[in-house]
Amino acid sequence: MGVAADSQFHVLAVDDSLIDRKLIERLLKISSFQVTTVDSGSKALEFLGWRHDEDGERKHSSNQTSVEVNLVITDYCMPGMTGYDLLKKMKECSYLKNIPVVIMSSENVQSRITRCLEEGAEEFFLKPVRLTDVNKLKPHMIMMMKNKNHFQENQEHDFKVEQSDSDLIRLPTEEQSLQQHNSNNNNNKRKSMDDGLPLDRARPRYNGALTVLSN
Amino acid sequence: MEVDQLQRSFLEYTTSLFREGFLDGQFGQLQMLQDESNPDFVVEVVSLFFEDSQRILNDLSITLNQQNVDYKKIDANVPQLKGSSSSIGAQRVRNACIAFRNFCEEQNADACRRCLQQVKQEYLLVKEKLEALIRLEQQIVAAGGAIPMLNEFS
Repeated sequence: MGVAADSQFHVLAVDDSLIDRKLIERLLKISSFQVTTVDSGSKALEFLGWRHDEDGERKHSSNQTSVEVNLVITDYCMPGMTGYDLLKKMKECSYLKNIPVVIMSSENVQSRITRCLEEGAEEFFLKPVRLTDVNKLKPHMIMMMKNKNHFQENQEHDFKVEQSDSDLIRLPTEEQSLQQHNSNNNNNKRKSMDDGLPLDRARPRYNGALTVLSN
Repeated sequence: MEVDQLQRSFLEYTTSLFREGFLDGQFGQLQMLQDESNPDFVVEVVSLFFEDSQRILNDLSITLNQQNVDYKKIDANVPQLKGSSSSIGAQRVRNACIAFRNFCEEQNADACRRCLQQVKQEYLLVKEKLEALIRLEQQIVAAGGAIPMLNEFS
């Protein structure tokens, strides 16, 4: 278990500006990510296999999508669907809500930043995006994978418990499962997950309980 | 010219562009993103910036020549130019765009026309400088040298 240091994460980058797509693509590739770029929010949703339907979630064609996306990084200001609209659509969809979303914007507007973070964006980068910003992406992808693996493990575990004693079913809290994971995976050469995460965010702090393998 | 001489003039010229505020640290970032796997990255992005800027400046000229100025169009175009100039590190173009946008909010047509002239002037200046810089880069490569890194500016 755990994420191998050489596993290639796939990032979907969304920007209507060709210059900025070139730039973010290069930044992500130089950081060893696999990159797909699209020029609009609707193309991003299409790529993610999202379908507009009364019964949207069931129609989600996740099985048809061969590529897994580990993170979406999107410009805020785009004609038609904004980055915020894209974020909202993804968070409303049960198949996409666990994919971390990062918003980029050239405008430093506090209300905009707050709105995006409240809607579930992991980070808000001021443009032009730099390598130091891109370095903050990996922890979010590793966290998503760990949560996903734990969810699957817990499901299997709970299934067994259910068979023996249904009264005892209890999902471990996120923190418990993270600690559990940490104890399974001891490695001194790891870097604290806390590095680079904004301090003003109302989110659980893991203080080294969750760690990542450095390159 | 010898390679080391070319490299020296490249560094001197780049330093002067930073000192005079034509370029900022973002241009150093672009240089850092260029490597053997992507030897033309800076030239590609700079060319895109020229194409983008020319198109936007033409659109703005047309819009501001109308009797009734459509400020919505200006308000859509100026941030685009501001965005691409800041992505390339063309600091003086970006700053001229900021002033432009303020007058657009005031719906001041005369001031907007003056701002457009200002932005055009800054764009043509930085274009000339960037073209000269790229020519120097190409000379260095043709002479078998490596482009000096601009770490101190990024």
